[in-house]
Amino acid sequence: MSLFFLSALVLPKIAWSAILPELILLAAPLVLLAVSALSARRLPTGVYAGGMGAAGLASLGASVWLWTQVTPHGAGTAVDGAIAVDGFSVLVMILVSSVVVLAALIGEGYLRREGIGGPEYYVLAMFSAAGAMLMASADDLVLIFLGLEIMSIALYVLAGLDARRQGSGEAAMKYFLLGAFSSAIFLYGIALVYGATGSTNLPQIADFLAHNVASSDGLLLAGMALLLVGFFFKIAAVPFHMWTPDVYQGSPTPVTGFMAAVAKAGGFAALLRVFFASFGLLRDDWQPVIWLVAVVTLLVGAVLALVQRDVKRMLAYSSINHAGFILVGLEAATTRGIAASLYYLFVYGFMVVGTFAVVTVIARRGDEAHDLGSYRGLAQRQPFLAAMLALLLLAQAGVPLTTGFLAKLYIISAAVEAHSYALAVIAMVSAAIAAFFYLRVVVLMYAGAKSGVGLPAPLAATGAGEGAGSGELSPVAAYGPGAASAAELEGDRPEASRPDGAGGGEGHGEPDAAGVPATIALAIALCAGFTLLFGIWAQPVVELARQATLLFH
Amino acid sequence: MISAIAATLDPLFDHGVGLAVFLIVLIRVAVAFAALMVAVMLMIWFERKLISDMQNRIGPNRAGPFGLLQSLADGIKLFFKEDLMPTGADRRVFLLAPYLSILPAFLAFAIVPIGGLITIAGHRFELQVADPPMGILFLLAMSAISVYGVMLAGWSSGSKYPLLGSVRASAQMVSYEAPLGITIVTVILLTGSLSTRAIVDAQAAHFWDWNLIRLGIVPFLIFMIAVTAEMNRPPFDLVEADSELVGGFNTEYSSLRFALFYLAEFMNTVTMSAIIVTLFLGGPDGPGFPFLRWLWPILWFLGKTFVFLFIYVWLRAALPRLRYDQLMNLGWKWLIPIALGWMLFVAGLRINEAWGLGILGVLVVLVGPALYRAVALGKRAGHLGEPRAAVVASPGLAKRSGLPAGGVPAGAVPAGGVPAGAGGSGPVHAPKPGSGGEEAP
Amino acid sequence: MHPGLVPVPLLATSLPDAITFAVSAVIVIAGAIGVVVARNPVHSALMLVMTLFGVAVLFVEQRADFLAAVQVIVYAGAIVVLFLFVIMLLGVDRREAVSADPLPWQRPLALVLSFCALGSVLALGFSGAWSTGAASVTGALPHRAGDTAALGKVVFTTYLLPFEVTAALLVIAVVAAVLLVRVPQLREQGGQAGAERGGAAGLEGDPEAVSDPGVDGDPQGLGERDREVVPS
Repeated sequence: MSLFFLSALVLPKIAWSAILPELILLAAPLVLLAVSALSARRLPTGVYAGGMGAAGLASLGASVWLWTQVTPHGAGTAVDGAIAVDGFSVLVMILVSSVVVLAALIGEGYLRREGIGGPEYYVLAMFSAAGAMLMASADDLVLIFLGLEIMSIALYVLAGLDARRQGSGEAAMKYFLLGAFSSAIFLYGIALVYGATGSTNLPQIADFLAHNVASSDGLLLAGMALLLVGFFFKIAAVPFHMWTPDVYQGSPTPVTGFMAAVAKAGGFAALLRVFFASFGLLRDDWQPVIWLVAVVTLLVGAVLALVQRDVKRMLAYSSINHAGFILVGLEAATTRGIAASLYYLFVYGFMVVGTFAVVTVIARRGDEAHDLGSYRGLAQRQPFLAAMLALLLLAQAGVPLTTGFLAKLYIISAAVEAHSYALAVIAMVSAAIAAFFYLRVVVLMYAGAKSGVGLPAPLAATGAGEGAGSGELSPVAAYGPGAASAAELEGDRPEASRPDGAGGGEGHGEPDAAGVPATIALAIALCAGFTLLFGIWAQPVVELARQATLLFH
Repeated sequence: MISAIAATLDPLFDHGVGLAVFLIVLIRVAVAFAALMVAVMLMIWFERKLISDMQNRIGPNRAGPFGLLQSLADGIKLFFKEDLMPTGADRRVFLLAPYLSILPAFLAFAIVPIGGLITIAGHRFELQVADPPMGILFLLAMSAISVYGVMLAGWSSGSKYPLLGSVRASAQMVSYEAPLGITIVTVILLTGSLSTRAIVDAQAAHFWDWNLIRLGIVPFLIFMIAVTAEMNRPPFDLVEADSELVGGFNTEYSSLRFALFYLAEFMNTVTMSAIIVTLFLGGPDGPGFPFLRWLWPILWFLGKTFVFLFIYVWLRAALPRLRYDQLMNLGWKWLIPIALGWMLFVAGLRINEAWGLGILGVLVVLVGPALYRAVALGKRAGHLGEPRAAVVASPGLAKRSGLPAGGVPAGAVPAGGVPAGAGGSGPVHAPKPGSGGEEAP
Repeated sequence: MHPGLVPVPLLATSLPDAITFAVSAVIVIAGAIGVVVARNPVHSALMLVMTLFGVAVLFVEQRADFLAAVQVIVYAGAIVVLFLFVIMLLGVDRREAVSADPLPWQRPLALVLSFCALGSVLALGFSGAWSTGAASVTGALPHRAGDTAALGKVVFTTYLLPFEVTAALLVIAVVAAVLLVRVPQLREQGGQAGAERGGAAGLEGDPEAVSDPGVDGDPQGLGERDREVVPS
């Protein structure tokens, strides 16, 4: 009858502001669900998209506000040490929030085209993003696991969103089964690490390792190995990449883009934090593993992407290749390496979301046309799409004046600085291999029409000047109808896309007929604009990433 | 001598715990077992006799005075019957199931305090078999396990009707475990302990300290309903609905194994009545007299338990069986939300009154209409004003179960629904185990 | 006694403890092997229950009564019951045809790899010291309320945020379940829709068609309404 158990209980102080972005992205889907459940009429998908976009913007604003708080005051923890408030986590939050906004835009166009109703896509995407944010900001292994699960479970279901295609269900099933295994392995790793160090709190683990000699502790090593397996699965590093092509190919294309950006962001953020911040002292133990995995990932991703006919599969292998690059930054195990990884992660998110947004449009209603043949002569039918895709693919290939180039540059220079020369060379080789299959698509788009596959003559290209962008970046782009100067590229991206989008406003955006759904066009333009703008004006984002790791908790 | 051996075996005996304690524990177990068996025998007789009275029949009156020994006679008869094993049965599971059914019923009784403290040979101890610190959770664990007996019995029989019964059972018991657990949480909130002894002690002072009154009557009612469903007693006995399922999960059982199921059912009734008394009516609490102090609590306990036994028999005689969708609606759309809301309310009151009333207000003003609206929308979308035909729900399910896709229309169920679950006449799309004709593709 | 943390000599505890440990360890491992070996899914599930019970006994032996009870209630009482429910409902409880293996080299390879893994785990175990972690892992529980109070305290202090975040996880699980249940209906186009709607209504009256009680409790407006409109 007495509250004896409360007497000794001191509840932790909760700094709500520190988890504001997560809270927004957790609360918004609940509101959407309630609205959807209580409204008698079926709401148009735009309402939900608007809600998600607003939530994404709000969480972006909150993240930026957090950044302004963290920069002067330095890193800290919140909620009894469960959350790390540092530049690293806030930068990932900014990335994820941006991806949420983009995903709302792309998802609206896609769902409208496919006639899929209901708030589920938006709800699950927001939950998933919140999970990724939690992974990035968690300072506790248990919380990392929960973030991982929130992110993953939502993604499993999102992968199976398009019930009409068999591939979608298959992707969801594969992703779920393998993901559940990897989650279990990850959890086991947490248990072993807890057993070895007596804590799940990352700073406490680091503290324990700093004060105790545990150089060849079997328990801890096994725990670290299992944690690595769990992370490698999520980021699709090579021995654990088997699911990637099938899932990327089978999932609805906007989901693939979202998955590629968010799952990688969350997984890598947690991986970098756990291994650099907590197990930093044991780097001699884990560096060789990372080295090996990075090499295999780089090479397998690049080589297998070469032989793919399906663009989504090709992009899946290319994402594996990118994961290898980010691992190279971790292998360096220096602040500079982590900064390079973080920068890579950040810019990769925009590149991949934009790329898959273009693929979404090209795939047309039914989401089936992913064969390379569909891209033949695209530049004449869809100059805007072709230009954007060319830009984004070239950025992924690492062509100068794009963020992709800088990312690869920083990674390799960090590796060189850390005396991982072999790894740097391998990374460069794999980048060269990868450039081939990116360029192949670009060439196909701009040169392929002549060898025609019976496609109709190019329909009236609404925006003649839209072919901009890639003209100066690649010789092949000279085939494009509008090799305009790069001058008009910056700033006015959204405006530039409007002529195209106007026709697609109906919602049944048949790309061949009229153009691109306005929302998707906007998203593509934003991604491409980001990639090019910060590729040329490199300073801000690089500085951001550098500061973020300096503020590493 | 024995205590010396015991001491080498377990250091527990070194520290002042002697043989006497060991024996007392043994005696407690034996007495509880015997008492429970006798209670079950009497309960069976009582139920038959009472129902007979309510139906203007005479009931068993041949074996012993007033037919008191009827259960014994039935038991002996069952014992000498032939033990049948269906050819399609899964032997090991078929043999195991009855024991899985009866064990939890026995074990759950162990935590019931049936009296106060008594002193024997200088040792003071409580009149209950065990008082583990996790106390009431033990009950939940046991009631969770009791699903297995029913479920496996139905499945392992290799026959359709028992399988249907066990599928019903598993869904029903898992569903009603939720409100059961939530109401127990409200009790725990008030007591601050999981131990059944502590729960009883907290209600000891006056009868208005009983949880029945202190928690408001709502948790008690929910618990009572949930427990009835958990035991598969009428009106929730869809598991063994004889008019639909030919007796349900135990159709294929005979002889002693059938007797075990029968025993388990009545033992559950007794145990759960005792649990209700423990949780909500103060257990053995009640005014006593200065002589024979140990006796009055026991009598109070027995008296209260008897009231609930009577109520259960009464329910069985008075209420028609629910249809399956009614059962699920009651559980998920009414009991669980109400139990959850009430738990929140009680938790709020535990913090302070303003909180509690605030929570209650929010629940009533906001959540109530929202819930009502959601339910109404669901109903509208679900019925659509069409006649309700029992059809295989999805082509996917149809394909998996080897039936033609597109649904197999079976006997259409009248929209109003007959009380005794006519839904059971739907197609059997869960193929029986071991039947060769329905290989999945 | 904390197995795995410190090298405990087998008989450092009392004999009954050691016997209890040995017996339940055998039960746990036998159950685990049974899950994998049994051909019948129902037998596998039962073996799983056996393992869970063994673990519960181990919990009790370490004075973690609450964990033991929750282990039985949640895992044995709810999760495996749902497994069995699904197995029975889908009628997959017959022997699988494992003879047709599309990748014949898969099995030996898996065997070799798992033995490699086992070997490396053992090597890890016997090489190097086993650190014992911080003191928070060990130490006696405070008072009679035992592990229940201790767990409650930890949940509301150290692990407050993870505990709250679990709620989000559960919401996602519910949304996901609703969405997945709805999926077959989405496939219906045009002419089938009418029959499908009949089927949906039948689901209410048909006791065996209730697929997952968890979904029943959910605001049904979500699934049902969309199903009705989508095929247009």
